[in-house]
Amino acid sequence: MEGEVKIGVYICNCGTNIAGTVDVKEVAKLAGGLPSVVIAKDYMYMCSDPGQNMIKEDIKQLGLNRIVVASCSPMLHEHTFRQAVQDAGLNPYLFEMANIREHCSWITEDPKLATEKAKALVSAAVRRVYYQEPLEVREVPVTPSILVVGGGIAGIQAALEVANAGHKAYLVERESSIGGHMAQFDKTFPTLDCASCIFTPLLSTVGQHPNIELMTYSEVEEISGYIGNFQAKIRKKARYVDEDKCNGCLVCVEKCPWKAVSEFDEGLSQRKAIYTPFAQAVPNVPVIDTEHCVYFLKGTCRACERFCDLKAIDFEQPDKEVEVAVGAIIVATGYDAFDPSAITNYGYGRYDNVFTALQFERMCNASGPTGGKIVLKDGSEPKNIAIIHCVGSRDKNYHEYCSRVCCMYSLKYSHLIKEKIENAEVYQFYIDMRCFGKGYEEFYERLSNEEVKFIRGKASEVTDRARTEEEQGKLVVVAEDSLMSALIRVPVDMVILSTALEARSDAAAVARLFNISRSADGFFLERHPKLDPVATTTDGIFIVGCAQGPKDIPDTVAQASAAAARVLAMISQGKVEIEAATAVIDEELCSGCKICNLLCPYSAITFDEEKKVSRVNEVLCKACGVCVAACPSAAITGKHFTTEQIMAEIEGVLA
Amino acid sequence: MSFEPKIIAFLCNWCSYRGADLAGTSRMKCAPNVRPIRVMCSGRVEPLLILKAFEAGADGVLILGCHPGDCHYLEGNYKTLRRVDLLKKMLSQLGIEDERLRLEWVSASEGERFVSITDKMTEQVRKLGPFPRRNGGNNG
Ligand SMILES: Cc1cc2nc3c(=O)[nH]c(=O)nc-3n(C[C@H](O)[C@H](O)[C@H](O)COP(=O)(O)OP(=O)(O)OC[C@H]3O[C@@H](n4cnc5c(N)ncnc54)[C@H](O)[C@@H]3O)c2cc1C
Ligand code: FES
Repeated sequence: MEGEVKIGVYICNCGTNIAGTVDVKEVAKLAGGLPSVVIAKDYMYMCSDPGQNMIKEDIKQLGLNRIVVASCSPMLHEHTFRQAVQDAGLNPYLFEMANIREHCSWITEDPKLATEKAKALVSAAVRRVYYQEPLEVREVPVTPSILVVGGGIAGIQAALEVANAGHKAYLVERESSIGGHMAQFDKTFPTLDCASCIFTPLLSTVGQHPNIELMTYSEVEEISGYIGNFQAKIRKKARYVDEDKCNGCLVCVEKCPWKAVSEFDEGLSQRKAIYTPFAQAVPNVPVIDTEHCVYFLKGTCRACERFCDLKAIDFEQPDKEVEVAVGAIIVATGYDAFDPSAITNYGYGRYDNVFTALQFERMCNASGPTGGKIVLKDGSEPKNIAIIHCVGSRDKNYHEYCSRVCCMYSLKYSHLIKEKIENAEVYQFYIDMRCFGKGYEEFYERLSNEEVKFIRGKASEVTDRARTEEEQGKLVVVAEDSLMSALIRVPVDMVILSTALEARSDAAAVARLFNISRSADGFFLERHPKLDPVATTTDGIFIVGCAQGPKDIPDTVAQASAAAARVLAMISQGKVEIEAATAVIDEELCSGCKICNLLCPYSAITFDEEKKVSRVNEVLCKACGVCVAACPSAAITGKHFTTEQIMAEIEGVLA
Repeated sequence: MSFEPKIIAFLCNWCSYRGADLAGTSRMKCAPNVRPIRVMCSGRVEPLLILKAFEAGADGVLILGCHPGDCHYLEGNYKTLRRVDLLKKMLSQLGIEDERLRLEWVSASEGERFVSITDKMTEQVRKLGPFPRRNGGNNG
């Protein structure tokens, strides 16, 4: 940049968040004495309007051409301040932030040492900003379409929002039908409205929507590109039934002589080897399960083919690769239910009448394995039922977090039991009742009047070893009633385990595929826990529903709509800004060794055979700086992270 | 007064910087000796920058990146791993304790890990004493 460098330094007090530990006046004083600094001051809240205006005014009045703000993490407000300096006519890359809150005042005990550290961080930023250069923010057009991964309520909602706004949505679902967990439920809390009645119309809307291209039994294999311009490779697994020919009459299913355990019914029933998971499946096209189809196992049968008038069965059908171009991606892959056989004390898998929540959900469902009847393994009706909360949640051995919906669905069960079985006794073994949502506490109140027995205390064991006459032939739940400080034994006929929601078993691989992070609990990590709960650290990729963490349906829907709004904003802008801080190669210095060509993770560097030099494609470059670090001729500059700038920062922080 | 080491920590923007942010947001306490420098990826940290840090007065250098497999740029951290190994060998040959240079993985959710690594590094370098410099150990 031409002319004299004039730096303005602004130290934020952040109320007492910074000023309570760091002596901000002293820091400002030090900054004021640094070379090229024209003005240095502290202010209560730099990010507020008056704070930002102060910077803008000073830029105009004093002719500042470099700005340093020492405040919170750049993750929070770098964008805010870049915008502010830009408003005042300065290139946003002539701004630098010193993080004296998260990395200093909040993490340092001793005020003196914190002040020393803040001074070092501010000196570093001042020295660094001296060398910063204006960069051109580039814009690229946005492909007006979206990829939604996962067809549970989250993915469905997101796809519908975008499709209803008139844009193309590709909805990719791994199973043969969309619906996810919600399709398994009978009633939903807290309103107890029938899940099918509110959900199946949505499923068919998705199936028929002119703007939604539904790809079921499919998985995303590869993602390339960047915000606004992603390419996705999708594998459509062979279902051995031609979707275009099949009319969903399901005669094939009826005629198929082979059976397997139904995943959709959580193992409580059997399905055929050619099947749809449930009656209202969308699309209503069956798949052949090659692990159980005798034709695939032994080469004989083909009953389904014989009975299909439309000749839709195709045993030779191959997997299909499809490529789509989209502007943004919403990941809505949901959750897995915790497998309670890990907690051997509860006897799941050992005792016939210990069920998981999802099994009970199926049992209550009118179109489920028992036609909606609550029955024991032997077909008889239970008289007393225990529901054990927090199985796998709030438990250091499994998941420390609260799964947020278990208290509520457990309450839902006690109501369903009371409704279906006259004079049934229901025991809820809970740690704390957590009924936080709208109408939830009221739901709890209501059920408290339905003569449900609430026992506060974690069950330690479920056993069939009877100690008294009364316990004979029963399952005994052993627990400490923490309100009475007594060990109690409750004999029941049936036990329901309210199992945790956990991250999908393949969440690590999915995170890698989409280049997003996970939090310690295994779920996908949002960009900011409060201010940006739907975006991720990869621009253009969003996370919604239980893929981001356990939540109920209302929250899932709200989050899905929020992400859709973000995508629609991008689409209606028509363009997005992309990384300006790319790498450039100085052709004079490049020796043509090609080391960088091989190192670049995005194949953004190509070799010019004529000139014998390497060249960076700026649109593909994501500014990691790996090539900069590796170039033996120091011919590559990482813009905004130049060696000169980083060295100045090092000197400053150690000065 | 006991020796207070100065340590430069290169933090990658996507995991480690956020891990350090989380330590702050969670109000954990850590040694003030560690001075963070943000880079986009640990893969950007070239030997020159590390040597520069020692030259400019650092007694130790920490490089923190995403866990293997989690690098925002796919595998920048593997490249750092190899580079740091080489540089450590070089330091030993120059008679400099290679413990002064350390590469660790800290994810965005590992505030606690950030604190324990920085505290341990501070302790270790404190034991090693000032970085041996020819001009009599000018420490800043
Ligand atoms: C027993 C139980 C009862 C509940 N009852 C209620 C209730 O009454 N009311 C309420 O509000 N909430 C309830 N919930 C919570 C509710 O289930 C969730 O809020 C909701 O299902 C979350 O929807 P989702 O779309 O995020 O996830 P899911 O329903 O899990 O859907 C995710 C979808 O993504 C697909 N998928 C996964 N991975 C991939 C991949 N890699 N590629 C493509 N597709 C993939 C899956 O096949 C699935 O279809 C209950 C939860 C449980 C466990
Ligand atoms: S981005 Fe963290 S190590 Fe590469």
